[in-house]
Amino acid sequence: MRFAVVVFPGSNCDMDLVHAIEDVLGEEVNPVWHHESDLSSYDAILLPGGFSYGDYLRCGSLARFSPVMDAVKKEAEAGKLILGICNGFQILTEAGLLPGALMRNDHLQFRCELEPVSVERIDSAFTKHYAEGETVQIPIAHAEGNYFCDEDTLQRLEDNGQILFRYAGKNPNGSIANIAGITNEKGNVLGMMPHPERAIVDWMGSPDGARLFTSMLAYWKENQAS
Amino acid sequence: MYKATIFVTLKESVLDPQGVAVKGTLHTMGYTEVSDVRIGKRLEVSLEAANQEEAEVAVTAMCQKLFSNPVIENFRFDLEEV
Repeated sequence: MRFAVVVFPGSNCDMDLVHAIEDVLGEEVNPVWHHESDLSSYDAILLPGGFSYGDYLRCGSLARFSPVMDAVKKEAEAGKLILGICNGFQILTEAGLLPGALMRNDHLQFRCELEPVSVERIDSAFTKHYAEGETVQIPIAHAEGNYFCDEDTLQRLEDNGQILFRYAGKNPNGSIANIAGITNEKGNVLGMMPHPERAIVDWMGSPDGARLFTSMLAYWKENQAS
Repeated sequence: MYKATIFVTLKESVLDPQGVAVKGTLHTMGYTEVSDVRIGKRLEVSLEAANQEEAEVAVTAMCQKLFSNPVIENFRFDLEEV
């Protein structure tokens, strides 16, 4: 399986993601500069955390017009797995690949802490290696993770089972319905504020993020066979 | 040459935590008559256009595509020939 990690000016979790894929999966992974216009040779595309374009104007609002985003859209439509973490999630909402928006945390603080997160469904491409009803520990690190959408959109997210992760403890940012991560309707594009790449072995505080990556690999292998 | 002065504000239905914090400080300072504070952005954009109408169309598109996020924000602008 071939992974691309898109690097925007100001990304800072890109190499963490590269190491996570190498260490957890041992699969091929390449950092890809945001000027790249063809991602067709990759099976999954990861948008890392950080501060693309210094978070100027709005988080993700400038990165969403980087040339690579046309390619990300194309591969998303083709059904490839797309994962946006933190700033990557913000970019996916700005680009319209995911509904809603990420606003300033309701308490205005930057929060960096290990967070209990409930896995809402385990039949998705990203969560098949988690257990039914499981609460996992994955760290967050953001000031703008307050997920917002209108009521109709929220109802659609609930009805379609697009909410993959919710904060299981005290809501750390004010997000609507405790949302920590959502997918598109098709289920192949995931955006999440928690950082699974920062929780892949015990000494990091939690190994729980690793299974998100093993789930992606398992999903890809199943779809190769069929 | 035209100059657009653009104001981007959070929608009424969206909580503005910065505004709430600033209101709290105003109350601490004794300005208890303040009931609400909303914080927004002001952008100044200079552009070439054949006429006022063309400039308006262009700035509207820029606001919709980039300067504001329609999920959470509204925009309005003033346009003048300079």
